[in-house]
Amino acid sequence: MSQVTQIAQPFNSHIPTESYDAIVVGGGHNGLVCAAYLAKAGKKVLVLESRHILGGAAASDEIFPGFTFSVYSYVVSLFRPHIVRELDLTRHGYQVIPLECTFTPFPDGESMTRCGDPEATRREIARFSPTDAEVAPRFSLAMTQMASFIKHLIDSPAPDLTALRISEVAKLLGLGRRFKALADGGKYVFTKLMTMSAVEFLNLWFESDRLVGPMSVSGIIGTFLGVRSPGTAYVLLHHYMGEIDGAFRSWGFSKGGTGGVSLACARAARSFGADIRTQAAVEKIILRAGKAAGVVVRGGHEIKSKTVISAVDAHQTFFKMIGAQHLDADFVQQLKRFKYRGSSAKVNLAVDRLPDFGCKPGDGPHLRGDITIAPGVEYLEKAYDDAKYGNFSERPFLDIVIPSLTDPTVAPPGKHVISIFVQYAPYHLKEGPEQWPAKREALGDTVVDTLAEYCPDIKDSILHRQVVTPWDLEQDVGLTEGNIFQGELSLEQLGPFRPVSGWSRYQTPIDHLWMCGSCVHPGGGIMGAPGELAAKTLLKSS
Amino acid sequence: MPIPTPFHDRTASLCTSHRWTDWAGYCAVCSYNLPNDSEYYALRHAAGLIDISPLFKYEVTGPDAAAFLSRIMTKNIEDIPGGRAVYCCWCDDFGKIIDDGTVFRLDKDRLRVHTAEPMLAWFKQFKRGFNVTLEDMTAKIAAVAIQGPTSRKILRQITDVDLDALAYYRVLTVQLDKLPVLISRTGYTGDLGYEIWVENAAALPLWDALMSAGKPYLLQPVGLDVLDIARIEAGLMLNGVEFHNAAHCLVELQKSTPFELGLGWTVDLEREPFCGQRALSAEQAAGSRFAFVGLELDWDEQQALYAKHGLPVQFNRGAWRSGVPVYNNDGSRQIGKATSGTWSPIVKKNLALASVETRYAQNGTVLKIEYTVEYRRETVSAVVAPMPFYNPEHKKT
Ligand SMILES: Cc1cc2nc3c(=O)[nH]c(=O)nc-3n(C[C@H](O)[C@H](O)[C@H](O)COP(=O)(O)OP(=O)(O)OC[C@H]3O[C@@H](n4cnc5c(N)ncnc54)[C@H](O)[C@@H]3O)c2cc1C
Repeated sequence: MSQVTQIAQPFNSHIPTESYDAIVVGGGHNGLVCAAYLAKAGKKVLVLESRHILGGAAASDEIFPGFTFSVYSYVVSLFRPHIVRELDLTRHGYQVIPLECTFTPFPDGESMTRCGDPEATRREIARFSPTDAEVAPRFSLAMTQMASFIKHLIDSPAPDLTALRISEVAKLLGLGRRFKALADGGKYVFTKLMTMSAVEFLNLWFESDRLVGPMSVSGIIGTFLGVRSPGTAYVLLHHYMGEIDGAFRSWGFSKGGTGGVSLACARAARSFGADIRTQAAVEKIILRAGKAAGVVVRGGHEIKSKTVISAVDAHQTFFKMIGAQHLDADFVQQLKRFKYRGSSAKVNLAVDRLPDFGCKPGDGPHLRGDITIAPGVEYLEKAYDDAKYGNFSERPFLDIVIPSLTDPTVAPPGKHVISIFVQYAPYHLKEGPEQWPAKREALGDTVVDTLAEYCPDIKDSILHRQVVTPWDLEQDVGLTEGNIFQGELSLEQLGPFRPVSGWSRYQTPIDHLWMCGSCVHPGGGIMGAPGELAAKTLLKSS
Repeated sequence: MPIPTPFHDRTASLCTSHRWTDWAGYCAVCSYNLPNDSEYYALRHAAGLIDISPLFKYEVTGPDAAAFLSRIMTKNIEDIPGGRAVYCCWCDDFGKIIDDGTVFRLDKDRLRVHTAEPMLAWFKQFKRGFNVTLEDMTAKIAAVAIQGPTSRKILRQITDVDLDALAYYRVLTVQLDKLPVLISRTGYTGDLGYEIWVENAAALPLWDALMSAGKPYLLQPVGLDVLDIARIEAGLMLNGVEFHNAAHCLVELQKSTPFELGLGWTVDLEREPFCGQRALSAEQAAGSRFAFVGLELDWDEQQALYAKHGLPVQFNRGAWRSGVPVYNNDGSRQIGKATSGTWSPIVKKNLALASVETRYAQNGTVLKIEYTVEYRRETVSAVVAPMPFYNPEHKKT
């Protein structure tokens, strides 16, 4: 909190009266990145964030005294390294500590620990499948190759398929050239990725369910799809293309929680002169002669601006802040077809000791990384089945991290925070989404019960529990239907189709209104890319 | 064959990687784990425990102790009040560096000197006329460094002494978990940290006390590989890498002076005679030929070199000290050498320590450094940058 107040002021403490070159609606990390680039280019920028803290879905908060939770997102990988350089973010406190391990406990008392020591990992996998053990490094190599191929795509605006301008064709050709340059094996892999389900794709490599199960979950994170749904293979790649210091696929903890990334972006924006305000909910985007000309903040304050850049999702922007009556019917139809249908929740625990896994007792490197409760494909499919009929999974997929084992700033000495990402928790409960508050603690119990099957003493160690449902994501962060990525990251909603085909290039049908959040290319995750690309495109256009 | 340090029983059981090196005749851990990233991050975000027992340690006692060391060192040791530590170096008659290290003034008549190389014989040469005794304590005293942002909190668990009063470069005799130790607010990581000096017999109880007090603060044992990254980030030089003991050099070219190494601030010229004084005065008047600088390698150019081969940038794990040429901006002439370097995970830059001709030493000067990609020798731009590269506020507060 105190850190936030040094960077941003509450809106009411001193209401801005001047007019701005650009107002950024939403102080999530993308809004802040966008503001930083614009301010760096000399623009007069105002960021308006509705909450009392910055960061949106990448925020840290001391929910229980002494314990700082990464309330929503919890690990960092996708954040673009060149943004760190261009905005000098290390100077502003950007610090990411890589995770050491992936640990998968199984219900039969077995477990698998994959870590940075390749030989140890090979021996570990070989306990279940000697072939898989040998194939695993080849799979990693293929994915690294894919990630470096795709990196170019996420680091530039999506090719615009509707405008057949020379530059666009060149861009597609550029991609084609890169595709040609891929080794033959690489082309094959890419084609499979674009068409298959996560499980089918992984089965091309691996035979053991103990590997395929936990690996396939990257294909469903944030989607209302199952690991066997077509198209989920590509989503795998979205989670593999992150890098830390050149190591693709590595994820890390942001010091002080994922809010640390947002605060670093905010400090950079401040250093370039941007004005950042919290507790400033934008109610309306002002249109003058059909063009965006400013915003109205809750309380009725109007602020003028030459450009408005929305960092919130398309639904909130167009239906809440603009109004369908100002939009072309076809555009409205397309916006309505854009899928949100959130399916994930978060449980954060403050505990007085480390969890003790029955299948791998005591402390060790296995607790310092990613702990995945996804013991097999069938388990995941069952979890999805529950969701299809409007229930949260009786036994959900859990992705667990204990950042306090690596970052001493997030919990008192000897105590820990446990962050649990949960899927499926569908926004659309069969009783209706508004029933979520009544079901919140039941979901919390299910999650703790699931974990307790692997570490029975977990229940006694809990000092505080926070449950964040999709409903809460919508209410608190403005994520429509609680979708963690401001819109599902499925193949048909990526690149030139995000959020609406023809409008993937940060501009909107409303003149002077731009978009820079996760709902535009290249999409969700703590990545900074939508914010950066929007700012760069805008600067180029003016 | 290297021999164990007094901490060996503990370090050996923790060294799961079995990666050891010889440090001044002792077995020293390169890295406890494989990979050793967690050691680096412990050092930078929590705390690391490093066995530094192989350092050479000399006790100088007697009424002339400070005067005697002032005769040897570039720094005027007589000026240093009790309870203080200083970093300094010492030279031969020609002002060429012999070694660097720390000097602790325990009290008026008792000082400790810590060196990278054996120095008994060198120091003894200056004894005539001074009322001092010189004792080699190397094999009698064990030492560990506890470094990193949580180091002070850890020590607080096992001592009643007010550690906030132990300012940067101060020394104090205290009890840690009832063990009498000497503790100094010094280190080789450029972060908050302490070095603890203890009789051999108390070494293992001290290690155990630190490790158990440190657990809730995420203390980890840290090997020399990671220390090497940290010291480069801190802009700290290493004997045998950034410079060579002049007494071991065959030719002048291999020697360097404190001024050339950026250690001018440790040279007190206006005082009683000391070894190398005349040469150093002359050098100060005339200017030095070389200067010690930090370099940051240009990212885009590195990336472009890899891209030529269709590769993403490859990151070397750990520090290098193989030494590469440094050229002027257009690459037409070699104007220096980079002696060691590393990718810095915390600064997110490729860094190097270098010695360049003085006129190329201004911050912001763009030079070229040799850079090999896929067995091809190339160059990339490197800008002279202020050091330390990493300098957290908590280092001195
Ligand atoms: C539970 C969860 C777990 C996740 N886990 C990960 C993970 O581990 N790793 C990862 O990389 N990604 C993860 N993600 C995704 C990632 O966090 C998001 O994609 C990313 O943070 C979105 O950033 P953004 O700036 O685009 O949008 P947001 O973070 O959504 O920012 C939008 C901002 O706008 C504000 N706002 C909304 N309405 C208004 C208004 N009317 N006026 C003013 N301000 C308004 C909101 O409060 C918010 O601060 C997760 C997301 C969630 C929800």
